[in-house]
Amino acid sequence: MDQSLAVLLTIITAATPLLIAAMGELVVERSGVLNLGVEGMMVMGAVAGFAVAFVTGSTLLGVFAAIFAGVAMSALFGFLTLTLVANQVAAGLALTLLGLGLSGLIGESFVGQPGVKMPTLFGIDALVPFSFLLTAGVAYVLFKTKIGLVIRAVGNSHNSAHALGYRVIALRYLSVMFGGACAGLAGGYLSLAYTPQWIENMTAGRGWIALALVVFASWRPLRTLVGAYLFGAVSILGFVVQSMGLGIPSQFLSALPYLVTVIALVIISGNKRLTQANTPACLAQSFVPDR
Amino acid sequence: MRLILEKRPDRSPFFAIASPFLALLLTLIAGGLIFALRGINPLEGLYVYFVEPLTQLWSVEQLIVKATPLILIGVGLAVCYMANVWNIGAEGQLTMGAIAGSIAPVMFPEWQDPSILVVMLIMGTIGGALYGAIPGLLKTRFNANEILTSLMLVYVAGLFLDWLVRGPWRDPQGYNFPVTKTFAGWQLLPTFGGTIHLGALFALLACAALAFVMARTLIGFEIKVTGNAPRAGRFAGFSRNRMVMLCFLLSGGLAGLAGICEVASVVGKLQPQISPGYGFAAIIVAFLGRLNPLGVLFAGLLLALSYIGGEAAQVTLGISDKIAKVFQGILLFFILSCDTLILYRIKFETGRVGALKAAE
Amino acid sequence: MTAPEYLLEAIDIVKVFGTLRANDGVTLQVAPGQIHALLGENGAGKSTLVKMLYGSLQPTSGTIKWMGNEIVIPNPNAARKLGIGMVFQHFSLFEALTVVENIALAMPGKFDLEALSKKVEFYSGEYGLPLNPRATVADLSVGERQRIEILRCLMQEPKLLILDEPTAVLTPQEAGLLFLTLRLLASEGCSVLYISHRLEEVKRLCHWATILRHGKVVASCDPREETAASLARLMVGGDIHTVRAAKAPRDGAVRFSLKNASLEADGPFAVELKNINLEVRGGEVIAIAGVAGNGQSELFDAISGERPLSNGNAILIDGASCGATGVIARRRMGAAFVPEERLGHGAVPVFPLSENVVLTRHSDDASLAEKGLLKRGKANSISARVIKTYDVRMGKADPEARSLSGGNLQKFVVGRELDRQPKVLVVNQPTWGVDAGAAATIRQALIDLARAGSAVIVISQDLDEIFELADRIAVISRGQLSEAHPAHEMTAEKIGLMMAGSHEKETPHAAHS
Repeated sequence: MDQSLAVLLTIITAATPLLIAAMGELVVERSGVLNLGVEGMMVMGAVAGFAVAFVTGSTLLGVFAAIFAGVAMSALFGFLTLTLVANQVAAGLALTLLGLGLSGLIGESFVGQPGVKMPTLFGIDALVPFSFLLTAGVAYVLFKTKIGLVIRAVGNSHNSAHALGYRVIALRYLSVMFGGACAGLAGGYLSLAYTPQWIENMTAGRGWIALALVVFASWRPLRTLVGAYLFGAVSILGFVVQSMGLGIPSQFLSALPYLVTVIALVIISGNKRLTQANTPACLAQSFVPDR
Repeated sequence: MRLILEKRPDRSPFFAIASPFLALLLTLIAGGLIFALRGINPLEGLYVYFVEPLTQLWSVEQLIVKATPLILIGVGLAVCYMANVWNIGAEGQLTMGAIAGSIAPVMFPEWQDPSILVVMLIMGTIGGALYGAIPGLLKTRFNANEILTSLMLVYVAGLFLDWLVRGPWRDPQGYNFPVTKTFAGWQLLPTFGGTIHLGALFALLACAALAFVMARTLIGFEIKVTGNAPRAGRFAGFSRNRMVMLCFLLSGGLAGLAGICEVASVVGKLQPQISPGYGFAAIIVAFLGRLNPLGVLFAGLLLALSYIGGEAAQVTLGISDKIAKVFQGILLFFILSCDTLILYRIKFETGRVGALKAAE
Repeated sequence: MTAPEYLLEAIDIVKVFGTLRANDGVTLQVAPGQIHALLGENGAGKSTLVKMLYGSLQPTSGTIKWMGNEIVIPNPNAARKLGIGMVFQHFSLFEALTVVENIALAMPGKFDLEALSKKVEFYSGEYGLPLNPRATVADLSVGERQRIEILRCLMQEPKLLILDEPTAVLTPQEAGLLFLTLRLLASEGCSVLYISHRLEEVKRLCHWATILRHGKVVASCDPREETAASLARLMVGGDIHTVRAAKAPRDGAVRFSLKNASLEADGPFAVELKNINLEVRGGEVIAIAGVAGNGQSELFDAISGERPLSNGNAILIDGASCGATGVIARRRMGAAFVPEERLGHGAVPVFPLSENVVLTRHSDDASLAEKGLLKRGKANSISARVIKTYDVRMGKADPEARSLSGGNLQKFVVGRELDRQPKVLVVNQPTWGVDAGAAATIRQALIDLARAGSAVIVISQDLDEIFELADRIAVISRGQLSEAHPAHEMTAEKIGLMMAGSHEKETPHAAHS
């Protein structure tokens, strides 16, 4: 196969899980909630997807299991932060730690087993075009429909939304579970298409990178798409450079995505104008309605 | 039927103390359920996991050894979180501290007198502090989210260590294993009776010192104000940037110290895996201890128990030791849930009144 | 069938929050086409009552009748369907969205921003409320934002319009325009429920008044037949302690001055300060009048030292330059500050009062924090002294700041600074949301401090308060400060014009004047 086509395909497959997870979290944050548990939800999606696909032989069932795992985890997070009004940062960390631990436990018996790979179309995994549809869908709903306007309003001022009669908590639950579904799906993609295997902690920080992506994209869907592909390119850079035999240690190349994430965050956050104007004003603030 | 929160007029002093215990109880119940699902008698499982390790001297010693890094890191994180500075990268600061502290014994394996230990400890602490300063600087200069930056750096530190022990620092007589030369003599921490090492003393001192600072000094006051009401902090003349840097340097330094202590005792050399996730478990320790240095002391012992119990459960009950991480995650969940009770009363409302009120 | 006598009746309404009876058997009757005032001082229960009329809260007991029929209003949507519109004191707007998007969120029906924009332009012209549908709310002034709130209600053709303290954020001229709009509505048959504590306005505008005190109705009358004094007595339940002020000394030395002070805006929504000049002598109270959003907080931050200036000589305290120093240095030079927001800025909500004392006093009072160690005993004694001197009422000993009522916390925060006998005191909105008794205590304390020789600067939106306190008055508008004129030379009209500056053109009111 043509070398550059192979590189392109690898970039796409690297970018896709990031894009899906980030798109979910984008909606969550637009509604004013900060869910740092993306990594935990993603890895649970990966193990659930792998386990079900392995046992049933069907990747479709595996995908549903992955989505379900993400939704279940996010519902737990929702209960903690929306109903019990716990600190969102701490709750997100708790979700990640729980997800990593639980997935390790569940996945133990699946380590080393051969995986079931998702069907492809012209060498592209089925979820790739889905990720583009998802991006377009989120962009349309957020900016062209009433429900999207309401979500953005809730993220801007939950008190005003409440005063107008909108059910803030219900809406946030929906957003959070949508985010969970996306994170779970992204995880399922990893264990069913990217490397059809289960390895402990196989998300390797992608959930955190997805979170950074949302900030980097200033909460805008199309910019998230661009960002995800830039990151995909960076992570593939490692392999490309290695194959050029330049003698750069593989660990440095593996560290590139993380370093680039830090740099991207610094560049975007340092621009006060951009962040102040675009950050959902209620992000991470707890909401308890007056009774 | 809806769950409603009603704000209390004052923090409930009862729940401020009872909440961690309630969380523990709920975790134990959840743990019992997990054992039952695996076909193990819940009470037997809980006994083997939590009680048996306390009945034998050697495992109590192991408990203290494992608690040492948890407390050392946890108390630094507790101070950080009190200031609303979210250092999540303690694991990376631990790694870099271990590396920095190991420079001397790796470069000068023949150096054998007390001064090398002092050098190792100092360099380890500084290494962790400097690595922690990076997300601190990025936050104060660029307002970059410290959670994400400190976490990304954890992965970077791990990869750096991996490269060192497979490359330039690999022991040439090590049969190609990715390890450095084993440390010996004064390059290792002195111990009390063979297992509990000097690090435990550092942990105790750190708790005592920070407890004093938080309760009785102006700096402790600054930290609490900055975390609770940043605008009031500025009004008081306190500099948030100074606080952020201080917290990162402190927690990074303590994590680095914990790192070099681990390497200079339990592990005895540098290798790709030097910590079973202490930097992350310490986050739970900080919360379980209610962000109070003395509370962290007990919380650290408890979380150490969860590690030891996991190993015991694997040997005796045949259940994977990964269950320890699950317990820890569940515990944090319950801590956060129960903390709600400090500020709010939980009520259930039913019927039409409930539906009407629910529409509010 | 005869038309019902009343459009809206609230009968024997009780609302309990925990142990607080916010409304205790309130009866209110609004006739069609009537402009009905709901009078009461801060904390009387007015906002609580109307939130129940709007469906945001539910009464603990009592009945509501609409056009003669007993109904329940479960939520704001139901209220809107009935034909009740509400303009809150604290706007329910979304700053990041546009005017038309904000309005769309409050309107039921199909979602079509284009058609809605046209409707907005129509109504805006009809009722004299000029607005650009495509503007982002964050860029608009407070008066313009209120227009969105009002328009949002009007476009739903309400039968009852409730306004909660609408003129608190308007210049006198803008208030006049509002009154024209409201009279127009009343003449069209829409009733208006007008909540206020401003007696002159109520006398000017309203047909009937219901007066609340401590959650109960104490009177129901025609305000046009009462005097402001009699209304005030009913509202407060006795004679208000009028503030006594001896004449200001003429020749005190200049204790505080701003010379060409400028400060950049520190964000896309902040106001830039341009060439501020001010001189305050010992013994006098200078008031800086201005509607919110014209640079008051920025000015306060510049004076307090939270945002140091690049030119150190731009700010002088007793002749010593301090423009480039921080808060602590300025406190050491004898200055004291009280910010607008008492919870979160002036005090830490979850800290007890004794710890809140340390907040601003740790640097000037050496014995509070010797060598870095906190002296709790000293903090407790200062706290006790402040509580006693300023009659701060609390539920228990050393309570958390947030458990105090607005008035009591404000007395504490102001008292904490006065206790230091500062040479210069700067206060931003001294009695916002504070009950009349506490407000009188605070204002008297400010005047007493000035007459004892200190320089006092009061930034306020409340013209009544300004005229009570000030020897000289300056006006801040769009980040610029006017000259300070003696109070007796100023009138509300003049101040209003200066507040608006020269940029605002009054739109001629649509045909009905």
